[in-house]
Amino acid sequence: MKNIPFLILGIFFGIVLSKGEVISWFRIQEMFRFDGFHMYGVIGSAVVLGAVAIRSIKALGIKDRFGVEISPAPIERNFKQYIFGGTIFGLGWALTGACPGPIYTLIGYGYWGYAIVLISAVAGTFLYGILKPKLPH
Amino acid sequence: MNLILDPWPWYIVGPLITITMVMFLYFGQSFGISSSLKHMCTVAGAGKFSDFFRYDWRDKSFSLVFVVGLVIGGWLSAAYLNGNQAVDISEATRLALEGLGISDFNHYAPDDIFANKSIGNNIPLLIIGGVLIGFGTRYANGCTSGHAIMGLANLQWPSLLAVVGFFVGGLIATFVLLPIFIN
Repeated sequence: MKNIPFLILGIFFGIVLSKGEVISWFRIQEMFRFDGFHMYGVIGSAVVLGAVAIRSIKALGIKDRFGVEISPAPIERNFKQYIFGGTIFGLGWALTGACPGPIYTLIGYGYWGYAIVLISAVAGTFLYGILKPKLPH
Repeated sequence: MNLILDPWPWYIVGPLITITMVMFLYFGQSFGISSSLKHMCTVAGAGKFSDFFRYDWRDKSFSLVFVVGLVIGGWLSAAYLNGNQAVDISEATRLALEGLGISDFNHYAPDDIFANKSIGNNIPLLIIGGVLIGFGTRYANGCTSGHAIMGLANLQWPSLLAVVGFFVGGLIATFVLLPIFIN
């Protein structure tokens, strides 16, 4: 029952990604070819507004529904893992036209090719878990 | 003109993504989607093979419920919200993709790669693309939602490094790998 809000949030976000064409392989291609503004507008406005929102939340000391002050944890200050991992993910993002969120939503559309992408992504995550001690971070 | 059924412009979509992120914070979580892939490994028993997957996934069940919602949201927009129409991409991208042999521009993704017909020919692209997504997001500890949205909005410079990486990889895949895969 405690997860019902996340089910509703997931349905809402799936619709936003769909109607915003964020799940479109063509939009991702357009972005990586620097031919259109759409994806930059989507991500850019989300980030700018998000930065204002987080700053305001911290400044006003707004609490979450459990009464805990909202304060997103800082990210570990490594260097290599973000460049290497980010680049590897970018390869997959441009090939399939989908980051993790859209993979799920596209399966809802009946694009069964993305079910293969999802299973492979779970396998890739497993592979990382196995190799993690050997990788530079 | 129909505000709901027509494609939504970026200045509506961006703020709705911000609202989703803020709702995650309100419900006590950080915004991120790729970690769901890790939790699936854990549910499937990957803890037998690596400490990385040794934790109680029930504490993270919200993430798995959220992605079920993403699937339902996709189905609802396809069935009732006029989803999956032709995408009005720029002429330059269209020409470049036609040059690569893409012929179906009528939906969100080319049917000949991702839907039915000749999916078999593209299994290498689907599998390798998926493995790169799963491996890379865990290595970088986040994907577009965790780094490009949540991390940048929270002014975390490692997230900026990750986003630079997304583009380095994306450009290599677009201009070097894609022509090899879809030939």
